[in-house]
Parts: sequence; structure tokens; C-alpha cells
Amino acid sequence: MLLIPCPWCGPRDEAEYTYGGQAHVPYPQDPASLPDEEWGRYLFHRANPKGPHAERWCHTAGCRRWFNAVRDTATNQLLAVYRAGEPRLAGGEANGRDLFA
Amino acid sequence: MSETTGQPFRLPEGGRIHRDEPLRFRFDDAEYTGFRGDTLASALLAGGVHRTGTSVRLGRPRGIFAAGSEEPNAVHQIEEPFPEPMLTATTVELYDGLVARSLPGRGRLADRPDPARYDARHAHCDLLVVGAGPAGLAAAATAARAGARVILADEQPELGGSLLAGRELPGWTREIGEELDAAPEVRVLRRTTVFGHYDDNYLLAVERRTNHLGAHAPAHLSRERIWRIRARHVILATGAHERSLAFAGNDRPGVMLAGAARTYAVRYAVVPGRRAVVLTTNDSAYAAALDLAAAGLEIAAVVDTRPQPGTWAQRAEQAGIEVLPGHAVVGTRGDTHVTSVTVAGYAEGRLTSSARQFTADLLLVSGGWNPVLQLYSQAGGRLRFDDALGCFVPDGCRQAVEAVGSANGTFGLGRCLAEGTAAAARAIAADPIPLPSFTDEPSSPAIQVFVVPGTDADGDGDHTHFVDLQRDVTVADLDRATGAGLGSVEHLKRYTTAGTAHDQGKTSGVLTSGVAAHLMGARIAELGTTTFRPPYTPVSFAALAGRDRGALHDPVRVTPLHDWHAAHGAVFENVGQWKRPWYYPQDGESMDAAVQRECRAAREGVAFMDASTLGKIDVQGPDAATFLDRLYTNMMSTLKTGMIRYGVMCRADGMVFDDGTVARIAEDRFLATTTTGNAAAVLEWMEEWLQTEWPELRVHLTSVTEQWATVALAGPLSRELLAGLAPRLAVDAESFPFMAWRDTKVAGIPARVCRISFSGELAYEINVLGWHAPALWDALYAAGRPLGLTPYGTETMHVLRAEKGYPIVGQDTDGTVTPQDLGMGWVVSKKKPDYMGKRSHARAESRRPDRKHLVGLLPDDPAVVLPEGTQLVAGSRLPEPPVPMLGHITSSYRSAALGRGFALGLVRGGRDRMGERLYAPVGGELVPVTVASPVLYDPEGARRDG
Repeated sequence: MLLIPCPWCGPRDEAEYTYGGQAHVPYPQDPASLPDEEWGRYLFHRANPKGPHAERWCHTAGCRRWFNAVRDTATNQLLAVYRAGEPRLAGGEANGRDLFA
Repeated sequence: MSETTGQPFRLPEGGRIHRDEPLRFRFDDAEYTGFRGDTLASALLAGGVHRTGTSVRLGRPRGIFAAGSEEPNAVHQIEEPFPEPMLTATTVELYDGLVARSLPGRGRLADRPDPARYDARHAHCDLLVVGAGPAGLAAAATAARAGARVILADEQPELGGSLLAGRELPGWTREIGEELDAAPEVRVLRRTTVFGHYDDNYLLAVERRTNHLGAHAPAHLSRERIWRIRARHVILATGAHERSLAFAGNDRPGVMLAGAARTYAVRYAVVPGRRAVVLTTNDSAYAAALDLAAAGLEIAAVVDTRPQPGTWAQRAEQAGIEVLPGHAVVGTRGDTHVTSVTVAGYAEGRLTSSARQFTADLLLVSGGWNPVLQLYSQAGGRLRFDDALGCFVPDGCRQAVEAVGSANGTFGLGRCLAEGTAAAARAIAADPIPLPSFTDEPSSPAIQVFVVPGTDADGDGDHTHFVDLQRDVTVADLDRATGAGLGSVEHLKRYTTAGTAHDQGKTSGVLTSGVAAHLMGARIAELGTTTFRPPYTPVSFAALAGRDRGALHDPVRVTPLHDWHAAHGAVFENVGQWKRPWYYPQDGESMDAAVQRECRAAREGVAFMDASTLGKIDVQGPDAATFLDRLYTNMMSTLKTGMIRYGVMCRADGMVFDDGTVARIAEDRFLATTTTGNAAAVLEWMEEWLQTEWPELRVHLTSVTEQWATVALAGPLSRELLAGLAPRLAVDAESFPFMAWRDTKVAGIPARVCRISFSGELAYEINVLGWHAPALWDALYAAGRPLGLTPYGTETMHVLRAEKGYPIVGQDTDGTVTPQDLGMGWVVSKKKPDYMGKRSHARAESRRPDRKHLVGLLPDDPAVVLPEGTQLVAGSRLPEPPVPMLGHITSSYRSAALGRGFALGLVRGGRDRMGERLYAPVGGELVPVTVASPVLYDPEGARRDG
């Protein structure tokens, strides 16, 4: 079970969180103008990288806040967390830093 | 009379057993005695019992092979005091009154509920040390003296690990144990197996708290406890398991790991035989041979596969033991126990001399030692095969975990101690502690031998060269597998089942890799080992469940009116975590009769139900209307204060997600209701969009499901009843129209009354604060009795709504259904520029005329009530499969109002099939049904105003 550092509450067990899939997939500005193919891409197509992956988590059993995290899908290590609306991180920023300090 | 009567193999003195506490037990219907401090296995051996079962596939006799949790053979059924299957005799502490039985490789589950308690604890620490052998004790003491918070867990009842089976450092072990027990920040967990190592140093352990007390276990103590430990650092001092090697007849009872035999002699004062042959590839078996010889066991010979064994061999010879360098065991004899051992010259994989036979009742083997790295591997640690040591050793892990001592391939007491303290000092930035000086004996290198060829005399090929004793896998099986082209250890494991048994290959895993490498002409380092997965040893489901059983398995939610329902005979149904009254049978009524009666009351008189479980979300803020417009398919911003609108929510894919009503409380405030089961999901869904996509919207969401209690009052007489109790409320249809709400007092209680109908009848939903609900309900019941007011449950609610064609999300929909499919295009706004799902509703696929539509279905025989889930097909005769399916029945009931059975269903192009006959295959028959409108009762909607 991961220890996930909520940007609002601090480190808590993974069981308190809900996973929200890939981060930074914005709702299209004007869905009506999109061809079916592109709308389908928004709905169903998500990145599945081996390595750092920006994704959304919600601290469901805590502050109920959504936030973003960068997790290495190959090692299951969290590399960075940041609040919704904050600039996207690549994960390298957290290298060598103790997320839980 | 000696205390060891009936224990012919018990030594007259020594061991860590309590001779003043004799214990009686039964095994396979015979009586035995042992002592406190024995395991079931050591007590059996003391009684002369080796054979402890029959192998699972071949039915061959098998005996005690090891002395710890790695045991593959002695897996028993415990019968008394409580039945438990598949416990290893080597880890069951003996207690008085134990009754055990041997097994043919498979256990039997208990036939009754387990009366014992189980529980769980969470713990956090700076350092978790797994294993209390010399390296683990040194590590724990180092961290403890530095003031760190330490947990030390060990599977044995006493600390010491390998020291318990040796004669070294007895004073030091005791002193360190006492020091750790007294240290305020240290928790010592004895009888505790750490069985899982997960992400971020989260480890699970099971502590066996009262198992060893048998029938005398105090009932108030939990029998086993699961520890959920989050550790900043982990030190694995888990030791090493000895492994065997593959030679003909290596599975007979009497064949035993050499280290295990030493443990039995030194720790338990039991000699497992009278005359032993020792087969080894390394130095360690000599210590066993010398200890056993000192205990009075005759060592017929030490058979060493190495041509030049070194100094240990000289010590053995000085003790009068014959050493046969460059030899190996090529066979054993004996029906149910070893009676003789055949030995031949051996060099580099070949037999070099003719065979020689030794009479012996014991064959002790050592094929080398495997560091116990299951946890290290589970934690994501890499393993590397060390050719010099002949075993897999740790090779780095991303987690803060380190293996020390023999778990790290470090053999030798002095080096283990030093490694333990050094690792702990590193982990918590402290100083190493002074340790007793102990000089390790010089050792001679081992050689890797995995297979000893059989002699031609055997004539059985490799069919008795066992690799995995518990799964009956032989060299011949591996040969066939590699011959079939399987080249990875993972494939070999699945093909042969080697390593998949109860013991998870603790003694056989590396041997399997070694034999496979031998057969394939490959290096074991290239083949690697199979992946280790939790649990390290079997854990009972009872322990994992802990106290989350029965009523505590899941939270039970009840409404403030629950006691009334229970007192009035309600049968409850589970809706999510809620208990809802299903129906209220009277005087032995059947469910069907009760539901028909409740339905008639609602349609012809007046009935009431507890609707408090409906999800309720308070939506507040200047942008609340905009927010709801984006989430619901219809327009909510045009709703006037004081009015209510039905709404449907879709996911972005256009499929129906939930439905409910929205009441406008004020310009900037709405109360949205959700289905009972979806309340949490809808709130999460709203929050997700609000926080992640529309943070600019000034809206706050609050769940008020439990703050409000809701009573639905339905039926033509409901207005009369309400008017009597709410004198201030103008109840006529003009003053209080359909889909309006009013704040008033009902029976003197402040209430919000909504004109909402989920039955098609004139109906009200009366909302009061939860703690007023019983008073409201009692007042309604008292005032309504003269009118025939009848409580109704969820089943009647379902029948009434189905007669009106109102779908239930999650029953009549399944995540592939649009509002249009439900015939509810009217709830989808054409005016709004966007709403959740709008783009998906515009897809060509969503507009296909042959999508499945919600329709009514009337069986030709009005007495028939079709099972929900029944498929629908076109013809009166089934064609050859695959039979085209046109849809299925989603809801089906008997209707009092219609006087017949009826159903709702999703049917391909259903709205264009009105009047068409379809067939429902039920139990081999094709039941004819006719497609109809889903609104089967009061299609004009004439009844809702009373």
C-alpha cells in the first residue's frame, strides 16, 4: 500500500484515496465542434507509459480534494505531488527529496 | 518411571524444552507425550514417528523433513481443539490435548464457524527488524540504544533464531532479549511472522497469540492478530533455509535436512534416528554431524561431494566419523522409512565408483543454504545468483530495506553480528554497538551439486529424484518440461507445478532452478528464480478478516425509523449499506400477498414509506444554477424557487449515470436528490468537475442525506391525511401544484413537503430533520389508521414505479443506456450549448434506430412473472446457436392494478416493435410476450393530482 502525501493533509495510506486516471486531460473547449474521432479520443484514449506518469488522485476519505501526482508506473514510486491548478511537474523535481519529510 | 517414557528418541537431558510440563497429544489415533517447548514435529520424532503423511500425487510415504516454516511434508490437519487444515507440524507449538491427523496432501476445511477472536493493529516505527537471530538482535539493539522506535518480529516463541539450535552465545541472547523487552520505544513481537512486504515499507505480520495454549486459550484474547506496520527502514534478518539435492529415493521418511536434525538434537533434545548417513556439498553439515554424534547418534559416514572437504572433515575424522570425500548418495531403501543408503564415488556430475551400501535409519542432507529473501523480493528487491556462495543474494532494492546475516549470504556468526549492527547504524544514523567477539571458523568453499545421477541398477530413470516434495515434482518431470521447450523458470513452475504448493517452494525453488539449468546446460544465474508473492507462509482468512466479520463486516446504515420498521415486522433488504424495509408481511402473509396488499393501498387508499435513504446534496453558491445546468441533461437554471424538477445525469460518454429531483430552495441554493446506492458516487462526481474543470464556479456541495428524513405518502387519500396534520398548508392542487415544495408544519413538526410522485398517484414527500422522523411517522400512522394507512416497502415501490414505466438506474440501465434509449428524450435539453454527455448523444451510434429501448413486456399468460435477466429472442423456435438476442428483461413483477404479470426490458429497436410478439426462453420453454409501452398504468397521468 502506497503512502501518498496529500498536498493538503500530508502522508496517508493509499486506502484513503481514489485514483482518477491521467492528469491534464482538459474537457474540450467546444465539444460540439469536434469530429467523433477526436471526441472519442478525449473520452477513451489515455497514455499508458512505463515510467513517470502525471495522474489525478482524490483524498476521498480525507479532505476530499483532487490533486495531481507524478508516479513512476514501473516502480510504483510517487515522484511528486502538486495541487490542482499548480503547474505540471515532471517528477524530476522531487528527485532526492523526501516527499514525506 | 522416567518422564521420557514413551519418548524413545528423547535425550535424557538438554534442549530448551520444559521437562516439568509434560503434554499429552494424539496423532493418527495414537497417544503420545511431549513437553512444553516442543513443536508437534519434535514431539512426534521423540515418539519415533517420522512418517507424517502421504504425497499428494504419487501416494508415497513422506516424513518430517525440516524443523521450521519451510517444511514441505509434515502438513497436518488439526482436529482439536478447533479444526484447522494444513498446519506444518514444525511450526505448531505442542499443547495439551492437541489432536492431529496426517493428510494425503490436502486438508479439510472446518465444518463450523470459528469461535475465536481475531483482530488487527496498526503500528509505525523507525526500524522494523524481521528475524531475531544474531544479526537481527544486533540490529534491533543498536537502534534501541539510539532511542529509535523499533519493532522486532520473529516467528519463534523465543528470541535467538539460529542460536536456539546451537550452543553459542547463550548469555548474550538472553541479555539482549531482556534489554529489548524493557526498552520503552521497542516492541518485541514473538510468534509473529511477517508475511508481506509492500510499497513504501508497508508490511503485514500475523502474531499467533493464543494458539499455543490450545483449549486453555483465554476467550477474551484474540487468537491471532494482524499487524499492519509502516516502517521508515526495514532490516531483514530472516536467515537461510537449507536445501536438498536431487538423488534417487530422496523423499523417503528418514531423509532430513542436516540443519533440521541438529535443531532437533540441540533445541528439542530429540535424536531423529539411531544411525545416520550425512550427505553434503558444504561445511555446514559437519557441525550437525558432530552435534548429533555428541548426542549419541551413530554417524555411519559423512558423504561429501567435494573431493577435498577441508578442515571440518578433519575434525569429523578426529571424532571418529568416517568421511567419504568425492562421494554422493545414489539411492535409498526402505518401505516406509529409510533402512539403508547407497553411496558411490562422485566427481563433476558423474559416478566414479561402484556403489556401497550403509545400513541407516536416517539420511541427513545439505545441498547448501538459500537466504530467505521472499520479503526482499516482494519489496521489489532484485536477486542475483552468487556462484561462489551457490545461492541467490540481494542485489539492491528501491525501498529502504536491507538484508543482513545469512539472509544476505553472510554465513558465520561473527560476521552476522557485525553486519546487523552496521546496518541498523546506517539506517538510523547511530553508532554500532559493542558485540561479543566471536571468531568464525575458517570455511572451505562449497560446490554446487543439484542432481546426483542414479545407478543403472535402480532402473527408474529420474522418477524418484524429487525436486518438490510437496508437489511430487521430479527431475523426470522437469526433463519433460524442458524437453517440451519450456525455457523460463516461470513457465517450468506452471507446467510442472514445482513451487506452487503450500510451502511455496521454500526448500525446492532454488533446487528447481538448479536442476533446470543442469538439464538445459544453462547457468542458474541466467535462469533466475520465480517471483515471490505474499504471503510468506499461509495466513488464515479468519486472521485477515479480523473483527470485520458478521455484523462488523461492513457498516450497516439504518434510518431514524428503523426501530419502527423492525417492530412492525418489516423484512429488510440491503441497498448498498442501508437496511430498507422490503415489505411488511402480516399474519404469515407471503411476500407476494403482502406486496399486492401494499400496492392496492397506495393505488386505492393511502400508504407511506420511509424514503430517508435517498441521497441528498445541498448545492449552494452564486454559480449553483450554472453548475447544475452543466451536469444535468435538462435545464435547472430556469427552475423557479419553490419548484422541483426531475433530472438525469449522464457521464461524458452520454450514458445515464443517475437520476433524481432538484428543488430550488433559493436563487443560489438547490437540494439535489440521488438514488440511494449512488449518493456517494454522485457527490464525488460533482466534486470532481467542480475542483478539476470548473474551479472558477462559486459552488459548495454538502451531503445532507442523513440530516433529512423523508417520508413518502402516496395514494388518493394522501391529501386528506396531510391536510388534517398540516393545517397551515393549502393542499389543493392549484395552491400546491405537482412538483412544488412548501415549508410548513406537519403534526407540529417543521417540515418541507414536496409534491413528488414515484408511483403516479397523488403523493407527497415530507422531509423533516432526522431526529423528528419518529414523531412525524407516529403522528401520520395514528391519523392515517382510520383511512387505512398502510406502510409499504421497496418491493411495492418498485412495482408501482414499474407500472408507470419509471426506470431504476442500475436496474433498468447498465452503463450502455442513454436517456433517449429510456424514451426520455424530453429530459434532454436542446437549448443548452453543452451538458455532460451532449457531444456523445450527437454521435451516429447514439442515434441508431436499432439501439435497445426500454419497453413494457406483457406475457401472453397473465399468470406468468418472468425472471429478471431473461433473454428475449424473435422466433417461437430456437435456431442453431448462436441465437440472436434482442434484449433482456430488466424488471418483472405481478401487478395488482393490472391484474397480471408484467415486465420492463431493453429491446433492440423496441419502440418500433409495439405489439410484436417476442419469446423469453425460461427453463427450456419459450414463453411468448408482447411488446408494449413501458407506461402500463394510467398512461394519461390522470391520477397524480388526486
